Amino acid sequence: MKLTTKALSFTIGAAALAFAGIASAQETLTLGSAISLTGKYATNGVHAQNGYEIAKDLINKGGGVDIGGTKYMLEIKYYDDESTPARGAQLAERLINQDGVEFMLGPYSSGLTKAIAPVTEKYGVPMIEAEGASRSLFTQGYKYLFAVLSTSEQYLASAIALAAEKAESEGKDPSTLKVALAFENDPFSLDVRAGVIDDAAKYGMQIIIDDKLPRDLSDMSATLTKVEALQPDMLIISGHSKGAATAARQIAELELEIPMVAMTHCEAAKIIGKFGASTNNYFCPTQWAETLTYSDSLFGTAAEFDALFKATFDGYKNVPYQSAQAAAAVMVWADALSRAGSLDQDVVRDAIAATEMETFYGNIKFSEAGNNIAKPMVLRQIQNGEYAVVAPSKWASAEPNLTFK
Amino acid sequence: MWQGIEMLFQHPSVNVKYILDGLFFGSIFALAAYGLALVWGVMNLKNLAQGDLVILGGYFTWYFQSALGWNPILTLPIVMFIMFFFGWAMYALVVKWVIDKDLFTSLLATFGLALVIQQFINLVFGPETQTAVSELGKIKFYLFGGRIVVPEIRVVGVLLCAAVAVALIVFMKRSRTGQAIRATAQDARAAKVMGINTDRVYALTFSINSAICGAAGALVAMMFLVQPFYGITYSIRSFVIVTAAGLGNLPGVITAAFGLGVLEGYANNILGASYQQFIVVFALVVVLVWRMIRLRKARMVLE
Amino acid sequence: MSIYKRDLMIYVGISIFSIVLALVFPAYITQIAVMFLMVILAQTWDLQGGQMGYNSLGNIMFFGIGMYVSAIIQIAMLYGWGGVGEYTSASGSIKVEIIKSNYLYGMFIGAFAAGIICVLFAFVFGQIFLLFRGPYFAIGTLGMVLAVAELVSSWEWVGAGGGLSLPVYPAEDPTESGRLYFYCFLAISAICFAFISWVVSTRFGLALNAIRDDEAKAEAMGIRTLRYKVSSWMISAFFLGLAGAIFGNMSNFIEPLEVAFPTITFGVFMVVMALLGGKGTVWGPVVGAVIFHIIKETTWTYMLGYQWVALGLLIIVIVIFFNQGIMGSLAERYPHWFGIKIEEDAEEATS
Repeated sequence: MKLTTKALSFTIGAAALAFAGIASAQETLTLGSAISLTGKYATNGVHAQNGYEIAKDLINKGGGVDIGGTKYMLEIKYYDDESTPARGAQLAERLINQDGVEFMLGPYSSGLTKAIAPVTEKYGVPMIEAEGASRSLFTQGYKYLFAVLSTSEQYLASAIALAAEKAESEGKDPSTLKVALAFENDPFSLDVRAGVIDDAAKYGMQIIIDDKLPRDLSDMSATLTKVEALQPDMLIISGHSKGAATAARQIAELELEIPMVAMTHCEAAKIIGKFGASTNNYFCPTQWAETLTYSDSLFGTAAEFDALFKATFDGYKNVPYQSAQAAAAVMVWADALSRAGSLDQDVVRDAIAATEMETFYGNIKFSEAGNNIAKPMVLRQIQNGEYAVVAPSKWASAEPNLTFK
Repeated sequence: MWQGIEMLFQHPSVNVKYILDGLFFGSIFALAAYGLALVWGVMNLKNLAQGDLVILGGYFTWYFQSALGWNPILTLPIVMFIMFFFGWAMYALVVKWVIDKDLFTSLLATFGLALVIQQFINLVFGPETQTAVSELGKIKFYLFGGRIVVPEIRVVGVLLCAAVAVALIVFMKRSRTGQAIRATAQDARAAKVMGINTDRVYALTFSINSAICGAAGALVAMMFLVQPFYGITYSIRSFVIVTAAGLGNLPGVITAAFGLGVLEGYANNILGASYQQFIVVFALVVVLVWRMIRLRKARMVLE
Repeated sequence: MSIYKRDLMIYVGISIFSIVLALVFPAYITQIAVMFLMVILAQTWDLQGGQMGYNSLGNIMFFGIGMYVSAIIQIAMLYGWGGVGEYTSASGSIKVEIIKSNYLYGMFIGAFAAGIICVLFAFVFGQIFLLFRGPYFAIGTLGMVLAVAELVSSWEWVGAGGGLSLPVYPAEDPTESGRLYFYCFLAISAICFAFISWVVSTRFGLALNAIRDDEAKAEAMGIRTLRYKVSSWMISAFFLGLAGAIFGNMSNFIEPLEVAFPTITFGVFMVVMALLGGKGTVWGPVVGAVIFHIIKETTWTYMLGYQWVALGLLIIVIVIFFNQGIMGSLAERYPHWFGIKIEEDAEEATS
């Protein structure tokens, strides 16, 4: 009995030594993230996680991040926030206090980011987030919050501008356009809605339907019935993935003929794959598209990222921008850490603030408030079962297919 | 609010749409609620996992189509068959142990079951919304100056619901097993004395309920869409309907289901879409209060 | 020493122990704070579910109402009642500048008001819902909380589904706010424990037990059952309102469906915790909440993705095989610990 114990302790000791040997050769740096793996945001939470993972693996494959002469392998510690802001705030405390995480990646959705940002700010933990688009995150004077994505009011601004432009070119006053809104009753969608209402007011468009869809949304037919009766010129929908899926399905089923349909989260909901030709002519704002001409030294071009992502994860016909921007956030971390050359949080924070880089996802340069001001939103239209960029004109690969009657 | 009411008169075809949609929705609710009434009446089980069984059936239908390319309408019996045995397994593992416990235990145990099913779906099939596409056309007609488009699958869905319901009624009325189930519902002890294996009857009842939910789920996947966490909405609606209609009252269940479907459409129009869920749960509370007031007149209580 | 006094001393001991724990392991302070929240949830549930036999699935409503009342009052104290709508419609764009004393003042006024308003709600709702019996009470209260949650999430003035950002505790030291919420929850749970264990040791408690054992007989004995039932609900509502108010401040950002009215998480957890510990006992909910919280925090860490399966199975196992709970089983084996006197004759008669 005694012998066995001795042998056991010896083995453990040897193992520990061997382990320490590996550890000293390769330092690891842990980023923390609370992400929605269950609950109502689970679809996009997983998209974001996949984005984090693909970038992390590629960076590690390339030898990790060089910080002040030492090579660090990146690691990401996840917790499931259950799509609940309160839980997110607790988990942020836990990542920082218990797991000793000094650098954070963001959660999915504006609501969760709103709950977590005060915590990371309080501890002076820099957080680079990729999925919280709410404008209100960047009016709080947060010093340690950086976002690689464009803010929520930009999502549909170009769609509305396009509609106004088109109406004028047809000799109509934009103020005669009638708009129907169907937005999910959640922080992100309501934020986008506020932007849309501002933009519509700018052109004097009339909002004739303004529905807030409930969380457990599986049917929009009541809203679409109103749309059919009132015949708006434009129908704008935002409700994460399930909103896009529900809308796409039911608009096709009811054969609604609306001159312009615009919705967020087309790619994340995989609507082309699911509903095919019926989705033609929908306008989909996106943070990123694989046809854009951006590129970097890690992933290569946007198209190469697209190919790599599809090869790595099953079941993606189009790569959702949620994954692309998540990957970009990890790249910003690697870049800022190597430029900082130190693990001091404030030095790193300043390095992030000074970021000016080109990635496959777009150019990244942060404003004082922390949002990315170097990358515009892109508006795409589904044409013949493919996404075609229609705005801004710099990347436009197709003319928008849009006529008001 | 007034704008919504005004629209009902300016565009009368909207009313037709709401009533039709109420019918389509109602038929699915009726199936799920009938299953609930069955287990509630026969084995006094208040099954909070009802909606999750519906969603599970929907996911099987979707899976068979997307992975194996099977036609979702023809898959319906297969889904019911699988769900029947799934129900049997659930009975043996969980439900069996709560029947003779107090009623709250069954509520809570089935809630636990609901969590497990939800998460099982989430882990196996992923969290995305899914839909099974039937390659059917649409029926179009004009009424009151408005165009009405009805996807044929919804009509087929109502007919399938009716077929399942009729088959059930015949089974319950005519077959020996159906008689045994009804006998057990009336008086379990007496049934046992008469040589009916009540344990088997319970297992069968729960499995039948599971199969019915599977059928409802298949129709949900075909007519609307499914997501792992949608179950609770169907559970709540089933409870509303059964509480309103009472047990063992199939015409009542059907009427209440259609009523709820139509009510949702009108509530959406008049109060706004964000009140749609509120109206459903509010209806539940109103129904309970109304029944209680009626019973209090006779100095009785809801037990 | 009476049982009540002994229990109180033990609870004071536990509180002191947890303060020491929080000082030694400051990194765990938020988790310990949430643990005390869990204790409050389980204990207040048990006052109906365990002592009175009314199994509510809707008690979490008071938690949410308390959270919103407190949040709105804090905002109103900063911007005036007229400014609330402006603040909420900006969906968190307004940066709140606040000094520490104002923050604390606002939080305590808000929490107190939350408690009072919740008592009023319990009084009004109780007149209707406490007439239901058995599973209808459970289903009815579940409907009640879902309806209120939907209503709040459609109410523009309080921010609707877009949620509400609360002022952030202004402190140089980042760990200070964690300590503040920890002491708040500790204090509420201690007062709640003291009050509830006192209440059940009085005639009032006996009346509740009589209602549980046979309501019709209790009524026949001249107990005004509705009055007792409503009073008991008002007590629970008060503490739930306080807890909700503090939890809102702790969460920074509140939102109706997931944070304020978490029906299928906290709303069910409170029941499971009370059952796990043993319902109808003073210590059951406390023990159940502590064990449940520890299990939950560990499974959430080490079983990422499977945690809900684990939770579901746990619920099933508890309600089916462990219905009496930990304290219930202990009470059976060691009745004298609980002050239960079994008369020798009676025991002989039954054996």
